[in-house]
Amino acid sequence: MSVTKPLPHDAAHLHVTGAARYVDDIATPAGTLHLAFGLSTLARGKITRMDLSAVRAAADVVAVLTSADLPFANDVSPSNHDEPLLADGSVHYVGQPLFVVIANSHLAARKAARLAEVETDAETPILTIDQAMAANSRFEEGPRIYAKGDAPAALKNAPHRLSGKIEIGGQEHFYLEGQAALALPGEDGEMLIQSSTQHPTEIQHKVAEAIGLPMHAVRVETRRMGGGFGGKESQGNALAVACAVAARATGRPCKMRYDRDDDMVITGKRHDFRIEYDVGFDADGVLKAVDFTHYARCGWAMDLSLPVADRAMLHADNAYNLDHARITSHRLKTNTQSATAFRGFGGPQGVVGIERVMDHIAAHLGLDPLEVRRVNFYRDSITRTASVDTAPPSLPDDDHTDATSRGAQAQVSQASDVPPNPDSLQTTPYHQPVSDCIINALVTRLADSAAYAQRREEIARWNAQQPILKRGIALTPVKFGISFTLTHLNQAGALVHVYQDGSIHLNHGGTEMGQGLFQKVAQVAASEFGVPLEQIKITATDTAKVPNTSATAASSGTDLNGMAVVNACETIRKRMASHLAQVHQCATEDIRFAEGHVFAGAETLTFAEAAQSSYLARVSLSATGFYKTPDIQWDRIKGKGRPFFYFAYGAAVTEVVIDTLTGENRILRADILHDAGQSLNPALDIGQIEGGYVQGAGWLTTEELVWDDKGVLKTRAPATYKIPAVSDRPDVFNVALWDQPNPAKTVYRSKAVGEPPLMLGVSAWSALADAVAACGPAYGDLQTPATAEAVLAAITRTRNGAAE
Amino acid sequence: MYVTFSLNGSPVTLNDPPPTKTLLDWLREERALTGTKEGCNEGDCGACTVMVTDTLGAAPLNACILFLPQLHGKHVTTVEGLTAPDGTLHPVQTAMIEHHGSQCGFCTPGFVMSMATAHLNGDTDHDTALAGNLCRCTGYAPIIRAAIAAEGVDAPPYLPHPDLRFPPKTANAAATAPADHFHPENSDELAEIYTAHPEATLIAGATDVGLWVTKQLRDLGQVIFLSQCRDLGGVSKTPEGWRIGAMATIAQVERSLAPRFPSLGVMLRRYGSAQVRAAATLGGNIANGSPIGDGSPAMIALGATLHLRKGETRRSMPLEDFFVAYGKQDRQKGEFVEAITIPDQEDALYCYKLSKRFDQDISAVCGCLNLPVENDTFGAVRLAFGGMAGTPARATAAEAALSGQPVSQDTIETAMKALAVDFKPLTDMRASSGYRMEAAQNMLLRAYHTITGSQTNIHEVRA
Repeated sequence: MSVTKPLPHDAAHLHVTGAARYVDDIATPAGTLHLAFGLSTLARGKITRMDLSAVRAAADVVAVLTSADLPFANDVSPSNHDEPLLADGSVHYVGQPLFVVIANSHLAARKAARLAEVETDAETPILTIDQAMAANSRFEEGPRIYAKGDAPAALKNAPHRLSGKIEIGGQEHFYLEGQAALALPGEDGEMLIQSSTQHPTEIQHKVAEAIGLPMHAVRVETRRMGGGFGGKESQGNALAVACAVAARATGRPCKMRYDRDDDMVITGKRHDFRIEYDVGFDADGVLKAVDFTHYARCGWAMDLSLPVADRAMLHADNAYNLDHARITSHRLKTNTQSATAFRGFGGPQGVVGIERVMDHIAAHLGLDPLEVRRVNFYRDSITRTASVDTAPPSLPDDDHTDATSRGAQAQVSQASDVPPNPDSLQTTPYHQPVSDCIINALVTRLADSAAYAQRREEIARWNAQQPILKRGIALTPVKFGISFTLTHLNQAGALVHVYQDGSIHLNHGGTEMGQGLFQKVAQVAASEFGVPLEQIKITATDTAKVPNTSATAASSGTDLNGMAVVNACETIRKRMASHLAQVHQCATEDIRFAEGHVFAGAETLTFAEAAQSSYLARVSLSATGFYKTPDIQWDRIKGKGRPFFYFAYGAAVTEVVIDTLTGENRILRADILHDAGQSLNPALDIGQIEGGYVQGAGWLTTEELVWDDKGVLKTRAPATYKIPAVSDRPDVFNVALWDQPNPAKTVYRSKAVGEPPLMLGVSAWSALADAVAACGPAYGDLQTPATAEAVLAAITRTRNGAAE
Repeated sequence: MYVTFSLNGSPVTLNDPPPTKTLLDWLREERALTGTKEGCNEGDCGACTVMVTDTLGAAPLNACILFLPQLHGKHVTTVEGLTAPDGTLHPVQTAMIEHHGSQCGFCTPGFVMSMATAHLNGDTDHDTALAGNLCRCTGYAPIIRAAIAAEGVDAPPYLPHPDLRFPPKTANAAATAPADHFHPENSDELAEIYTAHPEATLIAGATDVGLWVTKQLRDLGQVIFLSQCRDLGGVSKTPEGWRIGAMATIAQVERSLAPRFPSLGVMLRRYGSAQVRAAATLGGNIANGSPIGDGSPAMIALGATLHLRKGETRRSMPLEDFFVAYGKQDRQKGEFVEAITIPDQEDALYCYKLSKRFDQDISAVCGCLNLPVENDTFGAVRLAFGGMAGTPARATAAEAALSGQPVSQDTIETAMKALAVDFKPLTDMRASSGYRMEAAQNMLLRAYHTITGSQTNIHEVRA
């Protein structure tokens, strides 16, 4: 069987030879035009005059379009119709596209875009959380509140109580391939779009609206992205729509790619958060009550901010059982880039909140933070409860709604459908039973393999002897909910053809951004047919092959598309088996597909012979497959239900060293044990874990986004925004997979592995806080990102503040 | 003028290419060689890395900020030329596949080119060789595994070798150049051309000027490429000390000075990246007057003298005097940097580069402390800082607090206080004013702890 094998990425040989093609590498027809946006330099105000004569007169410029030139919808929002492609009278952030230049070359378009004369009436921008709260500038009518138990009462009765707050920085995706799209106009208004997108169906939908045609007139193809990380779930809409509109206007192919600086200035990033907490606990650190307030800076348009902020609330518990919890979430509208999806989708911010609480309690009580974590974990249990009967949710009937987007509007309340949970069940603050918990066993095994206790003692001895340098160590857990919280998105389609020579064409709705989805799904298909992997041809995601797809997001790519492919393969296999059983006079059940052959009773055929035989007997060798995740339902307004099919678990131990003179720091060692269920491909899964950890650690350390008081993003290029470089990886980096299959019925009992490992990086930040704690008696209150400057500030607080 | 070079083994001759056309754009747009990627277009991500070989050897360079005329007489190898003619993969390519070193694959061609160049040069300091290549997917661990795995395998014979015959020289470039760009072959020619065209922009390694073109979209007008001025290059040991030619690259300076000044060597290994150090020149770094470049503080601390030339007129000055104010240098029109000289001296140099990220990051503060000690007393110290003022500058008050004083915590603390007299640093996206000052002061403390034997370097700590 191909599944479970640690095979290389399917395109590895294309990557290393430079032969892998990305959108900007596709050979374009002669006469292809190139686009660039002219951008707002003002954060908020009205446009009073826009003189584009110099732009139009610039060399090699073919045309310039403003909002007035758009023939149909001027909207690239994935949710709320609040995101015009081109500004229509008012501007809402520095970097907002005002007009689009269509020129003979990329460079000519970029040069011309800077020649506009724009006059504006400036208004006072709302940039910060405090400004937004003061102005009551928010999405939704007020804060969302999820609650379980009676947190205010339990807080009053708790033996110990602490409060605090933490600022959690945003994060630039820094996919190495910038956003890009290419539109090829066809006959009768048709449009073929090549897009670097995680969500081809969304591109198709927005392009169709923009050119005034049904979705059937637009075909979107995505072979691969040079990284996505959530940044290409909705942020590619503007480029694809601009190209399509320009191609419609000129009749010529149009391509657009953002220069890196433009990409960073225009597109949304991870939401930065402030989390305030008020917690009660006993002398052992057992939480009695938790009251969190989340403030999410969402930027100027809604985009996917509501489900992001929801998911932050849904991960406010991380791996901890909270009997009395209240989570209040403010979704603030600010004159900055519209914050968007980023690996973890709000979950990481929620996790940082509770992990911060664990560290703060440990510091307060003088306990090992790991002990405080352990006494609060959910109990281990791997027994699944009975599935809940779910009726398909009714969809909004607004035909402008992009129902496939995670930003789609909330559905009607389904709270009455949610069955009450028995008292014996441990439940999350949103009342979902936690019935697959393994965190205690996993943490025990990791703490042993990483020699956590011995190293903690050794580090304390070392620190006592060091005047300048201090080391720190921390173990943090991850429990991450798997499924789109917008329930209807948990569906997927596949298309499989078996050709008469036995070769197999594989297609599904998921997109490849480096995560190895295509290879994993191909391994599934090869196993289903019992053929070597080489017989499977992986093909580009294409809205004409599989329609109505969900974004490749929420870590769900393999779970959903893998199962859809299983379904399609089964259909074809059953047809072939039925035919072969008849020919070879055996029971259908006795037909076996394995080792590149088909065993039909006493007969053995090659798969190719079986395919040819089926073809000659006029058996259909093409099938679609479909899958929808069972057992989930969710009311996001009430904060009740079962949003997740299952949870993925993991934990990391990180050791760091800090320099108390400057706050400079390094990760010395990381040990990770992560739960990927029965891994479909251990090499690819470990790749996700290593990469996720480093990306998460980068988010919380060197990756700092800075805006000035005019709303201008000052960290707009790799010169100023610092993602981890090679030497930032841990010196010692041990990654292992938990060895148990997923109790939930997923594809080959694997677990989703895209997002959860990012939160393993929280252990690096927690270890820095531990090292800071070695510098003095007071609580260091380390913020994020823990830049050298932030670490030095925490050291100063630790030394100068009062002891806890 | 003609620009002649070899591309993946085939000769290329370009007649009057646009002087600021980048190699990256030319490869992708005119040669359909799309394996070389554009990640940032400013030399900070390495996705466009190519191997460029000349008589000095093979070096990795960022194609996005490399102008075509700079390639004259060299061999260029792109990822498409890394594979053998029969399709056999280069050992680093094979290792990258076997060790799962690619995920999205977009950074991969740049990585394999950096790896192949280091491999060819026998360089196994992988963290240093790859510091200029960003990967957002893998967390780097598998890439390093691949680099290590390829170490023992022989480099394939088909890659350009420094001894290979170079493309034939064409007619004298200066004589045939059109009026908008020049390509002098020695400093005398340069002096003559620059005197006649004092408004021209000089282009050395283009690691800074490149961004004027790719990011600021500036039309540079007349340009003078210095890459053929061999007599401006190189670092030589003289009886008096060292002479660093204006065109000596940071990589050359590092190789020449690191043996005597190890701390300088450590800092220069963090100057940009391998790609940047192979192109950037110390002369260019100084002439641009950057307040944040790391070259000048170190040179000032070493007591360097700057040598300028205009036509046949030469003058010299202490390097610190060249930096008049932010963006303003003591350089006349038509005058260019010819060399930097450093007096011979025993090593007492402590270089501290503070940046948000350890590798390939512009310093928030760069402190270079020359602290000679005799009989437990500081001699004539020289302290120079970058990032603390509008120019690289000496900390004269702090110097006065140290020179001739006993090596003690008290002396250091007095000097730390004096530093607040010397500088009033700015707040920007790299650091706040207060942090810059505190960190700069603590650099003095670090030097003291180092002198007195405490462990102060996080990079010497292992788990």
